[in-house]
Amino acid sequence: MKKDVVVLGEVRGGRVHPVTYELLAWGKELANKLGTGLSALVLGYNLEQLEEIIYYGGDKVYYFDHPKLDTFNVEIYADVLVPFIKRLEPEIVLAGATTTGRTIMPYLAGKLKAGLTADCTSLDIEEETGLLLQTRPAIGGNVLATIKTPYCKPQMATVRPKGKKPLERDTKRAGEIEIIRPQINFNPRIEILEIKPREEEISLVDAEVVIAGGKGLKDPRNFSLLFEISKLLDSSAVGASRAVVDMGWIEYPHQVGLSGKTVNPKVYIAIGISGAVQHLAGMINSESVIAINKDPEAPIFQVADLGIVGDALEILPVLKRKLEERKR
Amino acid sequence: MNIYVLVKQVPATDKVKIDETTGTMKREEVEAVINPLDLYAIEASLQIKELYRGDTYITAISMGPPKAEEVLREAIAMGCDSGILLSDRAFAGADTWATSYTISALIKKLKPFSLIITGERATDGETGQVGPSLAGQLDLPVVTYTSKVLEINEEYSILERETEYGTEIVKTKLPGVISVTKAIGEPRLPTLRGKIKARNTEIGVFDLERLGVRSEEVGLSGSLTRVVKVFYPKISRSGKRIKARNPEEAVDCIIKFLEERGIL
Repeated sequence: MKKDVVVLGEVRGGRVHPVTYELLAWGKELANKLGTGLSALVLGYNLEQLEEIIYYGGDKVYYFDHPKLDTFNVEIYADVLVPFIKRLEPEIVLAGATTTGRTIMPYLAGKLKAGLTADCTSLDIEEETGLLLQTRPAIGGNVLATIKTPYCKPQMATVRPKGKKPLERDTKRAGEIEIIRPQINFNPRIEILEIKPREEEISLVDAEVVIAGGKGLKDPRNFSLLFEISKLLDSSAVGASRAVVDMGWIEYPHQVGLSGKTVNPKVYIAIGISGAVQHLAGMINSESVIAINKDPEAPIFQVADLGIVGDALEILPVLKRKLEERKR
Repeated sequence: MNIYVLVKQVPATDKVKIDETTGTMKREEVEAVINPLDLYAIEASLQIKELYRGDTYITAISMGPPKAEEVLREAIAMGCDSGILLSDRAFAGADTWATSYTISALIKKLKPFSLIITGERATDGETGQVGPSLAGQLDLPVVTYTSKVLEINEEYSILERETEYGTEIVKTKLPGVISVTKAIGEPRLPTLRGKIKARNTEIGVFDLERLGVRSEEVGLSGSLTRVVKVFYPKISRSGKRIKARNPEEAVDCIIKFLEERGIL
C-alpha cells in the first residue's frame, strides 16, 4: 500500500502562504494518479484558517504548533520534520522552490539520505513503476531533464512557484486537521534576531502585464523606456532576462527565468529577448505573449501569440507616445 | 580561523552545445569557467579575513576533472591561501547528494574549521542544494542567501540574509555553512602577487583512495537521483508573426492585442 503524497506548507508572517495552495494542486494530481491521500505538513504558532488547506485539496493537515516555530528556522524545522517524515514514510515530499523550501529541503534530504530535485517545472507519475518523474530545466536552462529517484524514499522535489494554479476552493471538502505540539527542548545553534519585512513593490509575479527587456535593448539606459511604458499600463511591472541582469543593466529582483522569477501575467511582452530555455522557464505559463525581436529566427517567436520582427528601439518610443496619447 | 570555500568549474553557459543523440553536454567544445556566483563566495571569505582580527586561512575546494584545478588557482589569485581538488573518475556523474557526501568525506579529513562558504548555486546545475545538503550531512547549522557578514568570532557569526518576505538578521554558532548571494559585494580582481602565488602553489588532490571512500558511495553510483531523459522543449503557440513595415504599424498591432485582452 502506497503511503501519502506530502506537501510542506509555507508559512510567512504567521499565515499560510498561497504557495502552499499551488503545492496542493501539484500534489493532488500525483496523489490521484497513485491512488493515495494528500497530506500537508504545516509548522507555525497560533496559525488560523488551516481548513483552507482542506478546501484547496488536502486530505489531512499535520499542524505542528510551537512558539519556536513562529518563524522559519532550518534547524528547528529539521528537528521536527526529520523524525516525523521517517515515521510517516511518505512516497513524495514537495515544497516550494522559495528561499525557505530551497533551504529546508536539501537540509532534510542530507539528513534523510533522500533524493531531491530542485526547481521542478513539471511533475508526473511513471505508469509502470509509480515513480515520480521530475522535469526541470538543466545545463544552464538550455534543455529540459526528467529525473527520478529510483531506489529510496521519500522522493523529494522543490517546485517553482506560480507554475500551477491552485485548485478551485471547495468549502464542502472534508478532511482532518491533527494538531501536534512538538517538544523542542534543544538549544538551536541558529537564532533569528530580527526580521525587517520587505516593502511590497508592484510585484513582478502579480502583475497583469510584464514588460521584459533583454540584450536587444543594446544599452542599460534603454530600460528606462520600459519603466516609462510600464507606468502607462495598469498593473504592470518590468522584467529582464538573465543576460542583462548578469551584465548589471538591471537588478536581480527583475529577473524572469529559471534562476529568477516565474510569472504568468495576462500579457508578457518580451523585448529584445532571444528566448533561451532558461528564460522561457519563467514565462511560458503566461496567458499570452508578445515578442519583439530583430532576429526572425529567435526562439522567443515560437512561444509568442504576436511576434513582431523589428527593432525594439524604434518601436518602443512610438508605443510610449501612443499610450500617452490614449491617457489624455 | 579556518575557512573552506567551495568552487565549481562550469561551462560558459551561453555557449553550451548538446549532443542530440545522448542528451549530454559536449563539454570538450565548451569553454570552462569558474562558476560566476562562486566568486561571491570567495569574496565573502576575503571580507571575513579582513573583519576577523586573528589569523585566517582560506582553502578553496573543488570537485571535478584535473582541469578544474584552474578554478582553484583563480581563487588563490584572488586571495585564498590554498586549494584542494577532489578528482577521480569515480566521482563523475554525482548528483547533489553524492557531491555533498564526497565533500563531507573530505571535510572530515581536514583540519577543524569555522565556516564552509558556497555560492548561491552553480550556473550549470542551478540547484543551490549542495550547501544545505552538506550541512545536513555534517549536522552543521546553515544560513542560506547570506547578503552580509556583520560580525564573526570564534564562537558565532551574525549574518544578514535576504528572503522573499524581508531581511533577516541571523546569529549562528560556528562551525557552520553559509551560502552567499551577489549582494555580498563585487568580487575583487586577482592581484599580481596573487597570480604569482597561484602559479607557484601546489594543489592538493584527493582521489578515491586518498579520500578513503568506496566507489559505490560516490559519483553516479552513489547518486540517489537519475536523469532519465534530456530533451529540447517543444513549446509552440503557433502565433501570428508580423514583419512590421514601420514602427507605427507594429505599435498598432500591439495596442490592438492589448485591447483584445482587456488591458487597454
